[in-house]
Amino acid sequence: MNCDKEAVELMHNYLDGDLTKENETALRLHLEECEKCQQHFHELKRTLTLIRSTEHVSAPANFTANVMNNLPAEKKSVKYKRWFRAHPMLTAAAIFFVFMMSGIFSAWNQGSELVVSKQDNLVIKGDTVIVPEDVTVEGDLIVKNGNLVVRGTIDGNVTLVNGKLIEEPIQGEGLMASVGEVNGELEHIDQIFEWMWFHIKSFIKNIFDF
Amino acid sequence: MDQFIRDKIIEVKKGDQSAFEDVVNYFQHKIYQHCLRMLGNAHEAEDIAQEAFIRAYINIESFDEQRKFSTWLYRIATNLTIDRIRKRKPDFYLDSKIKGTEGLDMYSQLPDQGKLPGEEVESLELKRYIHHEISELPPKYRSVITLRYLEEFSLQEISEILDIPLGTVKTRIHRAREALRKRLRHV
Repeated sequence: MNCDKEAVELMHNYLDGDLTKENETALRLHLEECEKCQQHFHELKRTLTLIRSTEHVSAPANFTANVMNNLPAEKKSVKYKRWFRAHPMLTAAAIFFVFMMSGIFSAWNQGSELVVSKQDNLVIKGDTVIVPEDVTVEGDLIVKNGNLVVRGTIDGNVTLVNGKLIEEPIQGEGLMASVGEVNGELEHIDQIFEWMWFHIKSFIKNIFDF
Repeated sequence: MDQFIRDKIIEVKKGDQSAFEDVVNYFQHKIYQHCLRMLGNAHEAEDIAQEAFIRAYINIESFDEQRKFSTWLYRIATNLTIDRIRKRKPDFYLDSKIKGTEGLDMYSQLPDQGKLPGEEVESLELKRYIHHEISELPPKYRSVITLRYLEEFSLQEISEILDIPLGTVKTRIHRAREALRKRLRHV
């Protein structure tokens, strides 16, 4: 066995605890007959004993206190992040709320064009929607940015946004009343908050309809 | 103890700064000792050990709880000490490699100053002498020897702390043992 290369290599592997049984035997046999390597091995083991024997030092007395005093104050962003992480439901609700609000506002700001829910038999003149006589409109009617004249019948709810129901005097009978008939609720919306409320209400209604 | 530290780390992550005090308390001596071995100077060691704990606190979010905290903390401390050693900028580098040799540095070219080793042992306490010899090793050997024989880390853990392959850890440990054997054979 080559002393300087192989034997010393095996000694170090032995000290690292990864020497196979065969190699361990080979090393032992070599050490028995080679005084130089014996000496080398002895010195290595003694070195490790010396290193291990050194006393352990302790940190200065006020070490922990010094560290704690030097820690940075918690950053606000970290605080917020932690809060969000600790309250996932509230965070989700807040994000949802923001999206819903922006949706409602954009729906409100879609312009001042006349918007009418799609139904047959409606007559539109300028910004006025007319339900002609002898006509029955099925389903809910929504009119946005326009007025509504009801001469016929509406089978459902009516929602007016930014507009009003024009009541026409009926010739001959002299009564100041709309001839038409609304078989449902009539809702008038002029303010954005009412508009929002209407949206939320219909949204919730939709949920429960499922 | 591992479980205790793990619980404390989770509390620190949740924002409980005071839980970190227990962590510092538990590791202070080990980390301070490690820095002292690496730097050989009590004042610098205190400075760097403190810095290591503060860095650990600031970056606690990036610590993976599945891993060992001590390994992570030692890694921060070791990197800081090596940075500090690099910044010292002496007039000439004793640590600098001699061209054409593997692992030999300027230390090996210096004759022993004055006293014979035997007399030095008499004047210095043996233990301090050993520390002195360890501190004379180049940093990359100093770190593996300190971690292996003073902090009792496994080779695998040392490879994680220093972020070097296991084979490199072994090579360095072998060379460091040989270097110390030569320095301490007269003791």
